[in-house]
Amino acid sequence: MSNITDLKLVELVDKIKKKELSSTEVTTAFIERSKKSKKLNAYISENYENAIKKAKIFDQKPDFKKRLPGIPIAVKDLFCTKNIRTTAGSKILENFVPTYESTVTQNILDEGGIIIGKLNCDEFAMGSSNETSYFGNVQNPVSENLVPGGSSGGSSSALAAKLTPATIGTDTGGSIRQPASFTGTVGLKPTYGSCSRYGIVAFASSLDQAGPMTHDVKDCSLMLEIMSTYDTKDSTSVEFKRENYLNNLNENIKGKKIGIPKEYRVDGMPKEIDELWEKGIKIIKENGGEIIEISLPNTNYALPTYYIVAPAEASSNLARYDGVKYGFRSKGENLIDMYEKTRSEGFGDEVKRRIMIGTYVLSSGYYDAYYLKAQKVRRLIKNDFDEVYKKVDAILTPSTPSSAFKIGEKLNDPVSMYLNDIFTVPINLAGLPAISIPAGHDKKGYPLGLQVIGKAFDEQSILNIAFALEKNINFKNNITDWWIK
Amino acid sequence: MTINLKTVKHISKLSRISIDDNKAKKLGKDLNSIFSFIEKLNELDTKNTEPLTSIAETTLKLRKDEIKSENIREDILKNSPDKNKDFFVVPKVVE
Repeated sequence: MSNITDLKLVELVDKIKKKELSSTEVTTAFIERSKKSKKLNAYISENYENAIKKAKIFDQKPDFKKRLPGIPIAVKDLFCTKNIRTTAGSKILENFVPTYESTVTQNILDEGGIIIGKLNCDEFAMGSSNETSYFGNVQNPVSENLVPGGSSGGSSSALAAKLTPATIGTDTGGSIRQPASFTGTVGLKPTYGSCSRYGIVAFASSLDQAGPMTHDVKDCSLMLEIMSTYDTKDSTSVEFKRENYLNNLNENIKGKKIGIPKEYRVDGMPKEIDELWEKGIKIIKENGGEIIEISLPNTNYALPTYYIVAPAEASSNLARYDGVKYGFRSKGENLIDMYEKTRSEGFGDEVKRRIMIGTYVLSSGYYDAYYLKAQKVRRLIKNDFDEVYKKVDAILTPSTPSSAFKIGEKLNDPVSMYLNDIFTVPINLAGLPAISIPAGHDKKGYPLGLQVIGKAFDEQSILNIAFALEKNINFKNNITDWWIK
Repeated sequence: MTINLKTVKHISKLSRISIDDNKAKKLGKDLNSIFSFIEKLNELDTKNTEPLTSIAETTLKLRKDEIKSENIREDILKNSPDKNKDFFVVPKVVE
């Protein structure tokens, strides 16, 4: 039999249900591989011993009706996990142990999932390369010294390296889809309001969404089904009919109208990405889909809008880290001095930069010029999508304007780092669902992704289109285990 | 628009983040490059556009005001950097 860690999530569930594998065998296999993969630095906290105990308990009295029966899963360290340290990649939360469980991780536990550890990420999810984490850079298993993307960089790295059969991330401006694209994996950002934000360390509350990261579209459908629930603990959680995404998965896209936005053909985009896009278009046509040229005229304003809205919300959300009730505290001569030193020493440079941008755009005299302006432009961006969705069922674009870059390459140029999210940010601003699937390699052999954007709450359609693309693309991630001696 | 050193210091005060002159200079440079990128929004006429304040256009639901978690005082205090019995301790604020 092939290695346990080579199996995909749905396959593992099936084998456990058929009693071909036990939870203990599966959990041990992923933990052993994780232990050999420290060089990737994908984990911030390990929960190995506890996880094996839980697996043994599961095997003693297995409940095969569960949808994740005894399946080990490592999760992004932005989800609060009861009694397991949760850092958000920050020094300020280095020793924080939540007394409650996030709704999304609770859903995973309720279905029989076992948390094996907490995965590295950019500090407070602010970054596109995992280089802002207090706990160090993460290696992309595709090649040494390559970034795994961000902010869910530990998640994408651990998944691609097969340290966990599936994982979860959060996406505020591309933090699931861009790392998925950089590592040859599948990542889905659900519609805003689909997955509960309760217990997720908040970054920008009007944009944040949790979502699955997996090896293929089937696994993604299963994870989404479990993650997406209506939750009274999140005031923006939306009650709608959630589908059985996995059961309904269907590669038939005959008659589906797919939009191609001309504004996404940006100057200086590598030829390979254009070719990848053409390949996607060809597959849609061959499978009976209809391609329609569309225009999203305000696309170019999405990034500047995002870099007002997200820092503004962050500056407000991160005001709670004051060294009083939890987290790191520095000594100060008085209360104000203590606050200022705690926040200066506890936050990293990128987080401080964004808090200060946010504070500035919200400050007296500048609110109208920046924050209100950005909210108005956000309306225009959303209107663009509303308009095209009168004509099309979904939209196809590349996931990122380039493949993964080297560690350190973009660290000193914040604007160039921000440009990474040019194709993903508009979707968060409009609150729409989007999936990134691996679709090819560039000439360096690094993975590239295609993004399918859907109508609000129509995750099933983008899963189906992605499923059809996946079957025809037949992507192979050629990862050698270079980090294992 | 340019953000000068004085403004950076002012924002740092408002943000409750102490910052030395060297860092303030570097930060000023970063903020200027980010803001020149943000200025692009001024190309758009938004006089007649309503701001989008929430993407989930739902009305907030009311719920009963009832206690759901009890006896969590000890749990909550566990994470505090400094405590005394049932209280969080902070530097003295009154003389």
